[in-house]
Amino acid sequence: MKARHQRIALMVGGLAVLGIIIALVLNALTSNIVFFFSPTDVVEGKAPQGRAFRIGGMVKEGSLQRGADGITVHFVVTDTEHDMPVTYKGILPDLFREGKGVVAQGKLGEDSLFVANEVLAKHDENYMPPEAAKAVDEAHARAARNRTAETLQQ
Amino acid sequence: MIPELGQFALILALAVALVQGALPLAGVQRGNAAWIALAWPAVRAQAFLLTFSFCCLTWAFIDNDFSVVYTASHSNSQLPLPYRIAAVWGGHEGSLLLWALLLSWWSFAVSLFSRQLPETMTARVLGILGLVSVGFLVFILMTSNPFERQLPGLPEGNDLNPLLQDPGLVIHPPLLYMGYVGFSIAYAFAIAALLSGQLDAAWARWSRPWTMVAWIFLTLGIAMGSWWAYYELGWGGWWFWDPVENASFMPWLIGTALIHSLAVTEKRGSFKNWTVMLAIGAFSLSLLGTFLVRSGVLTSVHAFATDPKRGVYILAFLVAVIGSSLLLFAWRAPKVGLGGRFALLSRESLLLTNNVMLAVVCATVLIGTLSPLIASALGKKLSVGAPYFNTVFGALMVPVVFLIGVGPFARWKEASLAGLARLLRWPFFVAVLAAILLPLSLDHWSPLIALGLALAFWIALTATLNFIARVRATRAGRPFLSTLFKQPGAFWGMHLAHLGIAVFIVGVTMVKGYETEKDVKMGPGDTVEVGGYQFGFLGVRETNGPNYLALIGDVEVTKNGKPYRRMTPEKRIYNASGMPMTETAIDSGFLRDLYISLGEPIDRENLNGEWAVRVYHKPFVGWIWIGCLLMALGGLVSICDRRYRVRANAVVITPSATQPAQSA
Repeated sequence: MKARHQRIALMVGGLAVLGIIIALVLNALTSNIVFFFSPTDVVEGKAPQGRAFRIGGMVKEGSLQRGADGITVHFVVTDTEHDMPVTYKGILPDLFREGKGVVAQGKLGEDSLFVANEVLAKHDENYMPPEAAKAVDEAHARAARNRTAETLQQ
Repeated sequence: MIPELGQFALILALAVALVQGALPLAGVQRGNAAWIALAWPAVRAQAFLLTFSFCCLTWAFIDNDFSVVYTASHSNSQLPLPYRIAAVWGGHEGSLLLWALLLSWWSFAVSLFSRQLPETMTARVLGILGLVSVGFLVFILMTSNPFERQLPGLPEGNDLNPLLQDPGLVIHPPLLYMGYVGFSIAYAFAIAALLSGQLDAAWARWSRPWTMVAWIFLTLGIAMGSWWAYYELGWGGWWFWDPVENASFMPWLIGTALIHSLAVTEKRGSFKNWTVMLAIGAFSLSLLGTFLVRSGVLTSVHAFATDPKRGVYILAFLVAVIGSSLLLFAWRAPKVGLGGRFALLSRESLLLTNNVMLAVVCATVLIGTLSPLIASALGKKLSVGAPYFNTVFGALMVPVVFLIGVGPFARWKEASLAGLARLLRWPFFVAVLAAILLPLSLDHWSPLIALGLALAFWIALTATLNFIARVRATRAGRPFLSTLFKQPGAFWGMHLAHLGIAVFIVGVTMVKGYETEKDVKMGPGDTVEVGGYQFGFLGVRETNGPNYLALIGDVEVTKNGKPYRRMTPEKRIYNASGMPMTETAIDSGFLRDLYISLGEPIDRENLNGEWAVRVYHKPFVGWIWIGCLLMALGGLVSICDRRYRVRANAVVITPSATQPAQSA
């Protein structure tokens, strides 16, 4: 009897520990998943309020401005269809350039200003972050469809 | 001409690998001695051919032969010679060739140092390594040929990614690959043992030093990569939970479980099936790592130019390796048997818990790494943030680290809970008390700092106690110190590696708890104070490097008004690619690092004006890598143990002969 009880206790204990671990992992996972949205998605209201997400696209030419403290920067991320103003406090990565792809992580603030806490560095001049490339490609595809639709209506 | 010779040697190496992979295995099965004997010359020939091939590629880089596509896209005539040589493995094709080369060298080493093994066993191991080699050589020749030509050749090469132009790159990939490839030896030993059905203590003893060497290289490779990221990326971080970092870390976790599990299999004959599973797992994760890095399916700092054909090939290779291994395992494992029995509380059960926990930790890292991949297959784009990994990894490693302190005191077979509690209550109280009090004397107190320090003190105290107890039990009237140094290498190695973990934890805890990071705007004459040091910015000057233009910032560091030193962070613009690079200035000390990197000029037109500058004070950050070095050193010391040099057939495996019933 004793050995059997011990085995059962061991199995119950093991399952309980496993359950706790799974709960911990799932909880950590769901609260740290960061979804990606394009500026068009954000304009269409698909992006969450008060929760971190990523946006990507191109840095609009001529949009980079520096705050008085020299460290806060403002720029506009665009997927060529819609624009998204972004503010970031910190030093930008080496390969951050106007007209190049960028991915920023942060939250949507007041006046639909995106407050980034991370601007992602890519370590190759020609490398376009896939998310940014996708946002721009989709915008282009929509524009092309709209043009076709307009042509057909005429 | 030389690149063609290299390619020719590569094709020949594939032919030899086919022979090495097919005939010895078939020979053992059919009892054909001539076929078995082919394994040794085949391994030698393959090692020679791949070395020759690799030298040919290296020559194309030294000679600036830009008619070779790979050379043209990864080198440049302005690139200094050492970096031209390191550039050989700076891209996809060359690093795969390096992989194949290292595999052939490992195989050669196995063929040299396995004289005491039965011939059939070595032939099987070499045969399996031959099959792995076939997989990689076909991959190289079909999808990523480094010798491909473009005629006419380009006048100038594209240059090596400036990030990789660094002494760190010269050694980081070879170290890491030595580890990855080394696990193929553990894998080959495990599969050979499954094939023969001889999964016993002797097998574990043969396999152990090889696995340990692979683990040492992987440890050093990961530490090197982390250190390189710290000083080269200019962010001051040392671990980013990037998919490729995870790809190297997962085999390390399973490899760590494997070396512990092998210890049990060798000493007690238990865990045989489990050990085999871990060996298969460690190698499969090494392959998965290659898949993640090379196919470019995940967004990563290491993402190379992507080619779907490559991804599909590696995936197929991965499925073939894992699938066939698991099938073989399912077929053979029931015959292997369970091995020695042990009680609910014993050294075996503690090691088993350690193993299971490490496997669970590895699974959580895997989930975090692959979920973006799974989500993107479902049409969603997402990423898993570092907080996930930090939370889960931190929480799960606490019990593992706690058990490090208990394990060495527990008896094999059956340990007593009361006895362990009596032995360990003092180190426990002292560690907890010190960890609560010490941060109070520092800048601020937080529960996580106290927890980290408690774990580190716990390991250090229990290790010391274990040494004292062990020496007392074995000194037999001899002086204390000489008995201490006469302890076997395995004992010293274990504690050195565990102390390495303690040192590592101190580093992580202190730098997370007390670091100061300031991003500031600085013009000539401005001063900022960080961590008790004053950093005076003098301005930026221009100089020319061999293949870049550098803007060097001069920062005068003073402490309490006394001059300390001048630090010179750089911003480089590389001539060939036009890519900007941040070179940090780091003042490394035993107790803290000072870290400065130049951001960007506030006004791009005025380089002599104000700059955005990062100034960091990082206490104990160096301990992170010192800890890793200690772990590797521990591994090295443990394989120098006398018993690995004794002829295996002269030793009768009895647990009590190799290890006192209680090591305390």
